[in-house]
This record gives sequence, structure tokens and C-alpha cells, in this order.
Amino acid sequence: MHIPDGYLSPATCAALYAGAAPFWYVSLQRMKRAFNTRMVPLLSVFAAFSFIIMMFNLPLPGGTTGHAVGVGIASIVLGPWASILGISIALIVQAVFFGDGGITAIGANCFNMAIIGSLAAYAVYRIVSGRSPIASPRRIIAAGVAGYVAINLAALAAAVEFGIQPLLYHDATGAPMYAPYPLRIAIPAMMIGHLTIAGLAEMVVSAGVVAYLQRSEPGLLKRTAPGAFDIGGAAGNLRLLWFALAVLLILTPLGILATGSAWGESPPSPAPSGLRALSSFWTAPMPRYAPPFLKSAAFGYLLSAMVGTGLILLVVLFGGWMLQNRNARSRAG
Amino acid sequence: MQGYVERTIASLIAASERAAIAEQVAFSEGALQRVDPRVKVAGLFALIIVVAASRRVRVIAALFVVAALLAAASNVRMRRLAGWVWSPVLFFTGAIALPAVFLTPGRPVAFFGITAITEQGLRGAAFLIGRAETASTLSALLVLTTPWPWVLKALRVFRCPMIVVAILGMTYRYIFVILQTAMEMFEARKSRTVGVLPPSERRRLASSAAGVLLSKSVHMAEAVHLAMRSRGFRGEIYLLQDFRARAADWCWLGGFAMLATASLWWGR
Repeated sequence: MHIPDGYLSPATCAALYAGAAPFWYVSLQRMKRAFNTRMVPLLSVFAAFSFIIMMFNLPLPGGTTGHAVGVGIASIVLGPWASILGISIALIVQAVFFGDGGITAIGANCFNMAIIGSLAAYAVYRIVSGRSPIASPRRIIAAGVAGYVAINLAALAAAVEFGIQPLLYHDATGAPMYAPYPLRIAIPAMMIGHLTIAGLAEMVVSAGVVAYLQRSEPGLLKRTAPGAFDIGGAAGNLRLLWFALAVLLILTPLGILATGSAWGESPPSPAPSGLRALSSFWTAPMPRYAPPFLKSAAFGYLLSAMVGTGLILLVVLFGGWMLQNRNARSRAG
Repeated sequence: MQGYVERTIASLIAASERAAIAEQVAFSEGALQRVDPRVKVAGLFALIIVVAASRRVRVIAALFVVAALLAAASNVRMRRLAGWVWSPVLFFTGAIALPAVFLTPGRPVAFFGITAITEQGLRGAAFLIGRAETASTLSALLVLTTPWPWVLKALRVFRCPMIVVAILGMTYRYIFVILQTAMEMFEARKSRTVGVLPPSERRRLASSAAGVLLSKSVHMAEAVHLAMRSRGFRGEIYLLQDFRARAADWCWLGGFAMLATASLWWGR
């Protein structure tokens, strides 16, 4: 993925530097606004972290190993703009100091991995995770998918850059002067490795780190989860319960279609004398789900269901209100 | 499990050692070490661009020879260059270029069964490998003969924003701090591991290690920020510009300019 010197023509490199420049500028301005004096240490330390993550070789299914770029996790924790700058800085240090990636190709590498990768990872993560709670397993899946998609889109961009070289740059004899393979070879050659190995590595790291942060430092996941529920999934589950309750209410008329009566609910015949004595102790306002003031049994059944659920809701809401009041008083005291 | 942790530790140590050796060479006596870093950055970057732009393999080969001679004159051992730059680049780029020798359409020069090596394929492979080797040697020369902080200061010559230079400098510093932390984490894990862990457990270990490092990095960034604030940092960055070009540096600059121009003209 790190394009070395000599694979891309100077014109392609210049175009990709020019393409990356506005993103760097906007990222820098946004970071200055968002982090102020925190920006320099945050970006430095995060770029160093990304650099080290690229040195972790992960064992992957199939017995092979691969390393992640860290673009997925950087976008999830810091957001896309900080990730663009952080990963770019890591790539520049790699190219200049460690010779991993070419100096003339810094613009191309940053454009592919830092810019396309960060924006893709962020978009996919936000879309897949939705408003799920911070601790939701959905966020782990979202992180994995984000890392996988990001690294593959970055690889696709690199493959296209390679693939156009022989079309545009060849000498008088037709010999390719830079990357030698046309698009029909460059794209599958790059994508096979990334769809299988490199993509998996990024997916494992992104999902694994998010799972770790959910357990240990959920606060770090909040920056890119503005709509997420805070309390460990309780709000999300409550919404699901409300939905289930509404469905049950809508399905209430199904009881009218059933024939006969529910087993075990009818009093035994003849009723024991003790039960007969107690039966007049309390007379229900809607006995047997059939209010006496209604002639239609079906409508009476529906009305009973609505009144019953309504009463339960009122009791629950009243109980909740009481509890909230008590908690508020104890906090104030 | 042992193999995995040991391999990871070995790669982390290798990176650390490489940086230490590079710094040692950069401070030793040699031809390029005596040159003003601004001249070196400008000259070597110019040669890298010429290598990328050249349309003749012979020009690229000539620049490779120049780079090797400069390395020899600058106390950079050929064995080190071969181990750090030439072999990895040849292995990686060679693997990419080899099929092109057969796949590139053109005039066949040798037959292997049903396939043939073409002249255009050979030229294409020679361009790719030659460019990658020469540019990598030139960029390695820069780092091996110039301490990193000086390289960064020299970047200001190209109007690189001061804030970027500062971030690059701090990044380099914290790479080694986090590298040390990562090594200690893996060493600690190694000392507590008996037997072999399955691949799924190794993946979990790598993810957890990455998560812990992330967590520590974020806290470290906060601590560094507070330390910077306590020393009066308010967001403005100042770099000391203490380079002074001597007559010899102007000669080097002229030499680089002449070499770049001649190569560009010859390789057009």
C-alpha cells in the first residue's frame, strides 16, 4: 500500500499532492478550532501511535499475517479531520525517516490512506453504528466494517493510480516507464491482497480496539458518536420494549378470533363453597373483559384491553416519576 | 505464541536500533555530514525528483552510482545500505517487476516455453527497479547523514508550515516513547505466558495491546499538553534557525544543481 518512489510519474505525484493539499488545509483549520493548544501534542502522539500500530503483525485466518494502518481506529476515536492529519504525519515520518513509501509519493500515499481511508472509515462507522449505545456490539461490527472498507478503498485508489501509468507514460518503444501494469491487472492484483489479508488486519485491529475501549475507556468513543445513548444500552432496549408493546396492542383483536375460552381460567363447576363465598367479595368493573354497559362483546374486549394497558402505563409512569423525584431530592440533599 | 510475541518484540527492537544507528552515523565524520542540512535536503530532494522524471535508464543508473559514491564518502557502510535499502527494495519491487518482463507486450528477446521475455518488459522492469533503488538510496542518505531535528528545521526552506515541522519533530520523539511502551507490554506478556496460544487468542492479544497503547497515547497527549502549557505554550511555535551556510555549502549546492540539471537534460 505504501507506494515507493518510481512507481508513479512526477505529474501523478504532483496532482496527488495538489489533491491532498486542500484536505490538509481544512483539517489543520478544523483541528486548530477544535483543539486549540491541544492540537500539537494530540496529533504528535496519535501519529506516533499510528506508526507503531503499523508495526504490529497480526496472525490472520489462513495462517498468514498482515499489519494494519490504524486509519479505522484513528477516524473512530479522533474523527476524520484529525485522522487525516495524524495518519499523514505518520506516513511522512515513515517515508522520510524509515524509507517506507517514497518521498515523491507522499502526496499519493496520504491521499489514499490518510484522506480516502479516514473519510471512508468515518462515514461507514457512522452509518453502520447509527445511534446505537457506546457499549453496543453493533459498534464493534461497525468499526470492523469501517476499517475493512477504508483500507480497500485506499487500495483501490492506489491500484487506479498504478493502472493509469502505462497508459500515460511509456517510452518510444512502448516500454512502461513507471508502474508497468494496466488497470485490468493492477486492480485485481492490489485488491486480492487487500480484500483478503490487509483488509482483515485492519478489520481485526479496528473491531478489537473498539471492543477494548468499550470495556475500558468508553469515553474515547464518544467523540464520533454524538447521538449514541449513554447508559449501557438501557435506553435502546427500552425503545425496543415500547415498540414490542405497541405491536402487542395492535394485535389485541386477534383474541376475538379465537374460539372457546382459555384453559383453566373458568371457575370449576360446581365451584367449591369457599370460592362461592369469596366471589361476591370484589366485583370487577369489567368482568370477563365485557363491560356490562356495552352490548358488543368484541368492542368490550378491545376497550378492556385499552383500559388495562392504559392503567398499567399510568402506574408505571407514576412510579417512574416518584422514583425520579426521590433521586433528585437525595442528590440535592 | 512465543514466536508471535518474540517476532513483534524483534521488529520493535529492530526499528529502535535502526534509528539509533542512523543517529550515530549522522553525527559521525563524513562528506555529507559536513554539508548544511538545507543544502542536503534541497539537493537530495532535487535528485530524487530527477530520478522520477528521467526517461533514460542510463541516467538513473548513473545517479545510483553517484548516490553509492556519496554514501561511501559519508561513512555509510555499503553492507548497511544493502541490508536496509537495496535488498528490501529489490525483493519488493523485483517481485512486482518480474511478471511485467513476460506480460508487457513487445518484441520478444527470449522464449520460455509458451511465454517470452519482451524487450519492452525488460526496459519497464529496469525503469521500475532502477528508480526505486536510486530514490531509496538518496532518501536514505539524507537520513543517515543528517540528524532528524536538522532535517525538520531544513524543511522550513521549502516553506513547510512551522506547526507541521513541530508536529513532525514531536511525532519522531514520541514514536520511541510509544515503541518503548509497546516493547515493555510485549515483554511483560511474554514473561507471563506458558505454552502456545491459538491464533484467535493472538489476535485478541494484538487488539488489546493496540487498545492499551491507544489509551496510553491519549493520556500521554493530555499530560504533554499540560506540560507544554505549564512552560508557557500558547499555540505559537518558534524554531531556532541556527544554520549558517559556508563557502563549501554553496559549492555543494552548486554541485547538486549542476548534477540535477545535467541529469534532467540528459534524461529528457
